Amino acid sequence: MANKKVKVLVFSGYGLNCEEETKYAFELAGGDADIVHINDLIAGIKKIKNYDILAFPGGFSFGDDTGSGKAYANKVRNHLWKDIEEFIAKDKLIIGICNGFQILTNLGILPGALMWNDSARYIDRWVDIKIEGKSPWLTGIDTISLPIAHGEGKFYTDTETLKKIKNENAIVARYVKGETCEMTGLSSNPNGALEDIAGVLGNNGNIIGMMPHPERGLFVSQLPNFPYLKEKSRRDGKKLPKYGPGFQIFKNAVEYCARTRLKINR
Amino acid sequence: MASRIIISQKVRDARAETKKIQFNSLNLKGKINDVLVLDSYTIDTNIKSDALTKIASALTNKILEDGTIGKLDLKNAFDWILEIGFLPGVTDNIGTTTKETIEDLLKFKFSESVYFSQIFILSGNISRQEVETIGLTLHNPLIQRIRIKSYAEFVKEKDLEILVPKVNLKSEDAVIEVNLNVTDEELIKIGKGGVVDKNGISRGPLALDLAYMKAIQEYFRSKKRNPTDIELESIAQTWSEHCKHTIFADKLDEIDKGLYKTYIKEATNIIRKKKGKRDICVSVFSDNAGAIAFDDKYLVTHKVETHNSPSALDPFGGSITGIVGVNRDTIGFGLGAKPVANMYGFCLADPSDTRALFRDKNLTQKMLSPRRIMDGVIAGVNVGGNCSGIPTPHGFVYFDERFRGKPLVFVGTVGIIPRKIGKNFSTEKEAKKGDCIVVIGGKVGQDGIHGATFSSEVMDGASPATAVQIGDPITQKKLSDAIVKEARDLNLYSSITDNGAGGISCSIAEMAKECNGCKVELEKVPLKYPGLTPWKIWISESQERMTLAVPKSKWKAFKKLMDMRGVGADVVGEFTNSGKCVVTYHGKKIVDMDLEFLHNGLPSRNLVSKDEKITYLEAPKQTSKDLTKIVKDMLKRLNITSFEFISKQYDHEVQANSILKPLQGRGQVNADVAVIRPVLDSKKGVLLSSTLNPSYSEIDSYKMAASSIDGAIRSVIAAGGDIENLAILDNFCWCSSTDPVRLGQLKSAVKACFDYAVAFGTPFISGKDSMFNDFKGYDEKGNLINISIPPTLLISSIGVMNDAEKAISLDFKFEGDLVYVLGGTLEELGGSEYFKYVSEKTKKEFIGNIVPSVDAVKNMKLYKAFTKCANKELVASSISIGRGGLAVALAKSSIGGKLGAEIELKKISKKTSGDDRALFSESQGRILVSINPKNKKTFEDIMKGNSFTQIGKVSKDSKFIIKGRDGNEIVNAGIDALLTDYKSTFKNF
Repeated sequence: MANKKVKVLVFSGYGLNCEEETKYAFELAGGDADIVHINDLIAGIKKIKNYDILAFPGGFSFGDDTGSGKAYANKVRNHLWKDIEEFIAKDKLIIGICNGFQILTNLGILPGALMWNDSARYIDRWVDIKIEGKSPWLTGIDTISLPIAHGEGKFYTDTETLKKIKNENAIVARYVKGETCEMTGLSSNPNGALEDIAGVLGNNGNIIGMMPHPERGLFVSQLPNFPYLKEKSRRDGKKLPKYGPGFQIFKNAVEYCARTRLKINR
Repeated sequence: MASRIIISQKVRDARAETKKIQFNSLNLKGKINDVLVLDSYTIDTNIKSDALTKIASALTNKILEDGTIGKLDLKNAFDWILEIGFLPGVTDNIGTTTKETIEDLLKFKFSESVYFSQIFILSGNISRQEVETIGLTLHNPLIQRIRIKSYAEFVKEKDLEILVPKVNLKSEDAVIEVNLNVTDEELIKIGKGGVVDKNGISRGPLALDLAYMKAIQEYFRSKKRNPTDIELESIAQTWSEHCKHTIFADKLDEIDKGLYKTYIKEATNIIRKKKGKRDICVSVFSDNAGAIAFDDKYLVTHKVETHNSPSALDPFGGSITGIVGVNRDTIGFGLGAKPVANMYGFCLADPSDTRALFRDKNLTQKMLSPRRIMDGVIAGVNVGGNCSGIPTPHGFVYFDERFRGKPLVFVGTVGIIPRKIGKNFSTEKEAKKGDCIVVIGGKVGQDGIHGATFSSEVMDGASPATAVQIGDPITQKKLSDAIVKEARDLNLYSSITDNGAGGISCSIAEMAKECNGCKVELEKVPLKYPGLTPWKIWISESQERMTLAVPKSKWKAFKKLMDMRGVGADVVGEFTNSGKCVVTYHGKKIVDMDLEFLHNGLPSRNLVSKDEKITYLEAPKQTSKDLTKIVKDMLKRLNITSFEFISKQYDHEVQANSILKPLQGRGQVNADVAVIRPVLDSKKGVLLSSTLNPSYSEIDSYKMAASSIDGAIRSVIAAGGDIENLAILDNFCWCSSTDPVRLGQLKSAVKACFDYAVAFGTPFISGKDSMFNDFKGYDEKGNLINISIPPTLLISSIGVMNDAEKAISLDFKFEGDLVYVLGGTLEELGGSEYFKYVSEKTKKEFIGNIVPSVDAVKNMKLYKAFTKCANKELVASSISIGRGGLAVALAKSSIGGKLGAEIELKKISKKTSGDDRALFSESQGRILVSINPKNKKTFEDIMKGNSFTQIGKVSKDSKFIIKGRDGNEIVNAGIDALLTDYKSTFKNF
């Protein structure tokens, strides 16, 4: 039904922990999001097929034990694999953020793998990324600042896969020296990622995985230099925009789904 | 038969590379050329080979890793194998996750365990002794095991033998009777050394002194029987300093009702009455945390704990259980609050101090080094906070050599809870007669036996190693989500509390007060392994457990929900109204005590204090002319320097609530205050800060406490908070608290807490104390050494602001902005960081005598005026002037903005005797601000009637220039150089 809101399923359970802000982001963008515990999907209480978008949020599923995302991915593979395959076959949208991205690569839904940061330590900071890939998620976005927070976020893959990703235009974005790095003097690549890759796409851009957290940059007031921007805008007599750099990603997805659903219904 | 799967890395592994660098920095004679790190999973059950292949595949990320089954297969030659795993019975989180993965994959459950270990393959010309040295950096012998094999040994044995670290407890006699019809001497012995087993081994400290033992003796005489061991252990837990806070509760000198009731609680009562309708307190001192109003819909809670003694033995375990423990205080507040922010504070010894200390005279029990303790406690909060999905926006580190014996680990959690759950107030909870006693979360093992009584004792060779626990944040995260995000709002339980010190013996007995009785069937408590005696089950502090009262009619629904969320839940008894705490074990009654005796039977002592005034040396007049160098040196000091390596490894962005961040400005300077927006669709913000000044304590503990309160308030004001919406928390960490002089210092400090809280109108909402932070041990030569921490009071502050977006950061924003000092500068350098610096430079001890005084009336007026300016958004930057004084605050604002400054001391230094004194005085009540010149008149109009002085401007060139009292340039430094200095000390941490 065209007049119904776009339905988003946000996974939860076993230490995923960004589900609330991810739900909030989709709803701010006009969607209708449910946080669903994976065991409720396994038990059939909730069904993947009833949703337009799947979101694997950030967190620490199973405490990163045995490797980040691995144990949660095993659970998905053991119980929900068929449902996910069908969902993908319908060209519906999936996003994996941080731990969610790690889960998607462990499942093989997205190429490559995430390994320990070069520093071998968890890091929380803001980065700049330049969008490259073609995807409904990325329409109209160029270079933005977002926060990362991870221990195992270094993207890696073999040469052949890398070539393939490039050919398919499936690199979401690369870490670059932008506003945040200029401001703080930090290096652009925070974890030693192969070719500065911050995220990758799958299934013609319908599936996106990224280490940076767009849901933590929904408002301009979440930016690290917000106190400066605020003072500057006050002196320039200008009003700061309300939304931050991460918002557009969610807005793109919800609008895209609404549009495509409209088409199907017609 | 056990089998083993080993995972190795196919691509260059950052963990191994980092270890290689770390090992080579240990001053070994030889060099390590290569390190491999392998992950090993030992599965202690029969599994067929095709199933093993499936498991290995599930544990391997094919792009990064290889998985092999069985034999340790090493293709290339090497020199040493070093394996680190856990000792039997120690929480093994990775092992547990692996077991869950296997069971989910093979779709059958098994009762045996999976054990994780890490295998390091070393190549390099090093001796066995050196490998042992490396091993010590990788493991803590109290909780972990180590295996070392040379290449020759490995070749000879053809493998690294599979080891199963299974717990094998011999069943002891279930319950023994303790004869209390003995002499006082014997009673003292039992109270100190503990119950003696039948084989003559004492079970560890009860920390019950003679007066307490006699009260127990009398009680059981009246019952015409001796207590059981479990009864005595139970009383010891409940009466421990840790649980009853006897130093604060007992009569002290003329203070009949004790310090807590007379000063702390009373201050809050007076403030609440005085504020009337403006009262912000909602639930104070009665629950696991304190709560103030957030808005019409929500309350915000705060609680700060310490976890000192366990952290001295196992820094990682101590600090992780500290942080997840205080999270449970939040989850256990009211009907369950959601944790929205963590804070931390570490008081440590200089990490470069390498002198060895021992806990025993025979020099066999070596204390961990300060560096090791520092790394451990930092890592504990890292894993505990990050894995739990709770942001950590605020914290501090503080160094003093007197923290060498016992470090202090402060951990705090802020929570959000709706005012009402359905029709009920969320702060009201009551276990009712007939409710099931339900324990949820992890299982019980031997870990954490005697934690509560241990923290009431001086640490020495007899300190129990079993007091150490390891946290499992994911088990707790599952529990937390199931309670706070689901069960609470379904109204499935009537009361909830945390299992902390004393385990279920304390939590159940505490909750039993709500209905006046409980009956526990101890055999129903789920165990990690068989063979635990009843007293251990009862008092074990195994982590990640909470106790709930669940109405019988709701148990089924509650249990079903917990099952669906992977959370263990068991009924272990029933709440009653018998007036008794009864425990049975397989039908036999082993505890039968009146609740009244258990909770109120401890005799009150009369504590006596004594005042002692010591005069210390004053620092000589400015010894060095080179103030530029001194400013630069000050920025490198442990207590001032950047600790961004900590801030950046703690996730402070999760939950998307971060507004004012721990690192601020272009220069990313550590701030004293953070602002979060805990409810995503509300504009309101919560401000968090904390202050301690242990260096003032020995000079004047009254002023120490006053300045800590002023500091904690001031930082919140400086960031845009309002004193009307501000509450504080106290954490006293004292030493030798039976010594009259220490009690005298305590009395003064607590009195200051009353005086200043009332004067500022900022209520105490929660507090905790840790009164025996003393170390008794031996140096390398076997000489007896006593180290006591300086009396330490941490004041934490929490404020609510209407618009989080009005928060002010510390960094200068624009050239040409006017720089002001608000508040007066006096010559107050007693216990200052500068005097410490001068002492170190001159190798003498100048502690000084004039500690900063706090004029609450004056400061309050100034803070209120400042809040007006902040609300009108007149302030571009602001920072509270604290440790290191004006010079350090100026440097931080400049570094933060990467902008220079031109400052004149002339106008503010009249009351000081030298430029250095004016720069580094730690006078309280001061805020350094910069404003847009256009706002000058409005700003000054509002500030009129307060002490405020324009001292200079933010400059466009990146030069940091200060002119002295006579107008000459005394400091001239480049901002880049200052930034480098500020970040140099912990650069490689």
